[in-house]
Amino acid sequence: MTAGAVGTASATDAVLAALTAVRDPELDRPVTELGFVAHCAVDEAGTATVRLRLPTYFCAPNFAFLMVADAADAVRGVPGVTGVDVRLEDHFAADTINAGVAARLGFVGSFGDEAADELDDLRANFVRRAVLAGTDRVCRTLLAEGVDRSRLARLRLGDAPAGRDTDRLRERRAELGLPAGDDDPLLIDTVTGEPVDAADLRTHLGRARLARVGQEANTGVCVGMLRTRYGIEVSS
Amino acid sequence: MYEKDGQKYFVVDTHTHFWDASPANWVPGQEQYAKGWIECFHAYQGLGPPETHWSIEDFQKYSEERMMKDVFEDGHVDIAIFQPTNLRQWYKNGFNTTETDGALAEKHPGKFLVNTSWDPREGDKGLVELEERVQRWGSKGVKLYTAEWKGDSRGWSLKSDEAARYLQKCQDLGVKNIHVHKGPTIWPLDKDAFDVADVDFAATNFPELNFIVEHVGLPRIEDFCFMATQEPNVYAGLAVAIGGLMHARPHFFAKVMGELMFWLGEDKLLFGADYAIWEPKWQVEGFVDWQMPDNPDLSDYAPLTVTQKRKILGLTAARLYDIEVPDELKAEATPTETPVGVPGP
Repeated sequence: MTAGAVGTASATDAVLAALTAVRDPELDRPVTELGFVAHCAVDEAGTATVRLRLPTYFCAPNFAFLMVADAADAVRGVPGVTGVDVRLEDHFAADTINAGVAARLGFVGSFGDEAADELDDLRANFVRRAVLAGTDRVCRTLLAEGVDRSRLARLRLGDAPAGRDTDRLRERRAELGLPAGDDDPLLIDTVTGEPVDAADLRTHLGRARLARVGQEANTGVCVGMLRTRYGIEVSS
Repeated sequence: MYEKDGQKYFVVDTHTHFWDASPANWVPGQEQYAKGWIECFHAYQGLGPPETHWSIEDFQKYSEERMMKDVFEDGHVDIAIFQPTNLRQWYKNGFNTTETDGALAEKHPGKFLVNTSWDPREGDKGLVELEERVQRWGSKGVKLYTAEWKGDSRGWSLKSDEAARYLQKCQDLGVKNIHVHKGPTIWPLDKDAFDVADVDFAATNFPELNFIVEHVGLPRIEDFCFMATQEPNVYAGLAVAIGGLMHARPHFFAKVMGELMFWLGEDKLLFGADYAIWEPKWQVEGFVDWQMPDNPDLSDYAPLTVTQKRKILGLTAARLYDIEVPDELKAEATPTETPVGVPGP
């Protein structure tokens, strides 16, 4: 990635910091970590220029749209930024997405008859997967610390070890409007928010592990493709 | 047969292509898509070992001689199954059609099986043409793209009445292997093109047909695995899993294999090299040599036995496609009744 000119370094840093809140919805990782931010700079007049790139020319346009729109929103909110020029590059639907995001048309407004609906359900679907994957991460830490497997269904979120994985799990649950307080159960159904019954523990943990494997394997493929496409190193 | 350490492996590659994506075959006005498509495939090749990478020119169009050498002579494949991808909207003569595949297969008897495809939006005419293709090429399987854009339609579902007519036709014609692409797609824009619920539905309604979900539904592998445990006639095509992960991301490959063995087992997994994205040679050799690493992170998963690898590389596909297996491997070709998925609490 190329950063901005020296005179605007702090503004550029602020924009980059804002972009860390933009996630690939499918991979549940910030676009900044994934290498999707190809360029970021703020000029003297306060116009922020951001260029995004994806692993392939044909990456799904719905996910691409979400990331470009989220990036534009995040940059608009940075104090001192007076103009926003956020664009996706090297993608078959780049022109449509860029024009739609710049005009704040939404997904349907951008793609017209080709899109039936906005993307809220799609996003929620993937946040649910992120909750499951996060559940696996937190439970594995607990098991490694010697917690008996059969006890997991009785634990509260507040019993989870402090750290990034637990914070992230809590954030994703809160995003979905699911119980996310210290006294709420550690294991919940990701749709209803109901506690997981001890009888369903094995299945729930199996699905959580699988959700994490899916997310990680998918990240592995995407990062590998980005590396091949642009010749850059990204850790996965 | 491939032989390693005194063990023999009968290799059925369930996913191969003979395509033409050269500029001469691009539809005028659609060049950017035709070019973007093959470049995207080419980038996937980058996930394989460096010594197996091709130039984009070689990759756009390869010769019959090269394919025969890469797949059979060097690639250890005994029988390869063509899966067509028409894409006539971008490529004048199609990208990889039943007809092109069939013509090559006829020149090399005993090497290939020729699958065809159908689209339920083609109605009665499509049904007649399907029957003609099946009879012409002896197809025992089809490759379906449920997410394919066509006119105003944003793809179709295996749940539809129209699809049911085609599935019934397949059953009547003895076309019993239904390969469904649930992997990366371009259209439809706003649906989850990886949704496997329609496969679940069709598999229940057509218990005599086998449904092979290609690319193991990789981005949504959790949905796929859970569904597959409920349906005895659902299988996983390993194209992309081995080619895309075994070399580039070995740790994730181990986890994906672990999960697939845990939820589905070796009687439900089918090797497919996805040539020419990836050559079979390094995949077959690598998979035979591969073992679940001794790593605490992978301790939930069991190591693979030689018999399990034999099934995945060929014996399971041979059973689905009625391919004669060498006598010495016949005893292993029968499926074992293994419990699949999570047995109770």
